[in-house]
Amino acid sequence: MATHMQSASVAVPGGSVSSNRPKPGFMSRLAYHLQRYWQLWILVAPGLIFMFLFAYVPMWGIQLAFREFEPSKGLTGGDWVGFKYFIQFFQSPLFGQIMWNTVRISLWTLVMGFIFPIILALLINQIGSKKVKGFVQTVTYMPHFISVVVIVSMLNIFLSPGSGIIGRFFGDTSLMGNSGAITAVYWISEVWQHCGWNCIIYLAALSGVDTSLYEAAKMDGASRLQLIRYVDLPAIMPTCTILLIMQMGSVLNVGFDKIYLMQNTLNQTATEVISTYTYKIGILGGQFEYSTAIGLFNTVINFLFLMIANGISKKVNDASIF
Amino acid sequence: MSNATVAVAAKVNKDDIPFNPKVHYKKKPSDWVIDIIIWLLLAFVVIAVLYPLWFVIISSFSSPNAVASGDVTFLPKDITLAGYEAVFKNDQIWNGYLNTIIYTVLGTIVNLVVTIPCAFALSRAEFKARRVIMFLFTVTMFFSGGLVPTYLLYQQLDILNTPLVFILPGAISAYNVIVARTFFETSIPEELHDAAQIDGMSYFGYFFRIVIPLSSAIIAVIGLYCFVAHWNDYMTGLIYVTDTNKWPLQNVLQQILIVNASSSQSAASASDQQQIADQLKFAIIIISTLPLLVLYPFLQKYFNKGVMLGAVKG
Repeated sequence: MATHMQSASVAVPGGSVSSNRPKPGFMSRLAYHLQRYWQLWILVAPGLIFMFLFAYVPMWGIQLAFREFEPSKGLTGGDWVGFKYFIQFFQSPLFGQIMWNTVRISLWTLVMGFIFPIILALLINQIGSKKVKGFVQTVTYMPHFISVVVIVSMLNIFLSPGSGIIGRFFGDTSLMGNSGAITAVYWISEVWQHCGWNCIIYLAALSGVDTSLYEAAKMDGASRLQLIRYVDLPAIMPTCTILLIMQMGSVLNVGFDKIYLMQNTLNQTATEVISTYTYKIGILGGQFEYSTAIGLFNTVINFLFLMIANGISKKVNDASIF
Repeated sequence: MSNATVAVAAKVNKDDIPFNPKVHYKKKPSDWVIDIIIWLLLAFVVIAVLYPLWFVIISSFSSPNAVASGDVTFLPKDITLAGYEAVFKNDQIWNGYLNTIIYTVLGTIVNLVVTIPCAFALSRAEFKARRVIMFLFTVTMFFSGGLVPTYLLYQQLDILNTPLVFILPGAISAYNVIVARTFFETSIPEELHDAAQIDGMSYFGYFFRIVIPLSSAIIAVIGLYCFVAHWNDYMTGLIYVTDTNKWPLQNVLQQILIVNASSSQSAASASDQQQIADQLKFAIIIISTLPLLVLYPFLQKYFNKGVMLGAVKG
């Protein structure tokens, strides 16, 4: 401990006080850093190892999208084939359908999943009584914890034609098997499950509004609706923007598990999305390179959307996540 | 009429200081309409959320025939516990349940052991390497290797078809690190660190003896997030585990509830499998979801806290 402190007190003036003296070399600065912070490095090490192993090693493996896969030569040993598999995907007869399904389902979910929590938060914020407010919040958060498997089986039960509590209103048409209805089924159930949870963040923003603003607005004769429009809404605007940008980063991500579970032979033309397709041809079909290429294409498009949304919002709102 | 109201309001205003908006704000007729609309909408939301859950509960106690014919609406009909009996007799379900408990408990412990120290180290401003490390974590939120490279990695690590595949890969997530780091930065006073340093405490001492005892809230938040994620995890079992004995509950559920439901639609014949599924399905939904829903009201405040912490720096 004593030597530790000594060396620390020697190294600091060397680095900062006299500018005439040459700066200590990289190695000595590194030694100093490690000597002071080695315990922090040990605390951070397990996390770093897991991150590199399970996030960055697969990223290294992305080059498989540009290579032929040869199991004997390992992940990156195959011949370089450039954009062959991307072109194969763009020219595939399924390309149009898959892209349209992915964009349609994810945009509906993104837009509705963005609007409804805001509306719900504004509504809950109107409740005066704390008890009622707590009750409504508790109830609306609850579905968030139900697993996807259970949600989809509940959909199957409720929508089953003839007998289901919703299905019976649609006669013999099976909503789950109807390629025209499945998008709506998807986003409505998504909103049902996550709306309450996603509005927590807006409620937090609303609880931070200065009450004198309400008083001032009321003095000026503002009605309830005007209070919402001119006090509440501006208060949550920054939060809305940030969340919207974040969501733009997943514009091509349709949650794999849910859509995969909702798929059946009848609705497949409307529910085959990028994630389910990469799973089927990659893991089930064994076309590793092709599947990797499609996955990479998906990630790149998402990232582009994220950057575009971030850029626009920086210009318009001065709010950005980078 | 309206002049009179204004006059009265003005008069009261002068007399009564300080200003109290509750007393002086007089509701306009249009506001009453808005009030009613707000209450109707909220009532609709509450019913729309609660009724499906209620329906599952009452159906689990009703005879499958009554449910199938649409007789069960608000209260259970032909009350029976046959569904629950069938669940208790089904070994597949209990095996899955046991697996889920093992994966969830071990997985959550690993999550906490990896995430909390890492987030603590990254919360120290004097630790210059933290900027680079945080950047590396943030990148993983937007970029990933994708399905196949991940699969091949697991294959090489030889963790396919082992319990490890449920526990190790998700050990750390950028989101949880950010949430926990924000907590350490904002909720643990910097004076404590100064005091600890003066007393000659090392980082280990400061972390284990001072920070950890003050961090029960964040440990609860991260622990709960991970617990829920592990409990509901279905993708891992689907993609990486083919040995059905190692499947967690969610994959068993999928096999019973969804595969059977959709195959019977095409076959249109009530097979034995289908009858079992009809009897089981509501009871099994209840039993699989119960642990989370029972825990949830007690832990709600922690969940809220977690969302707030995550929101500070998305």
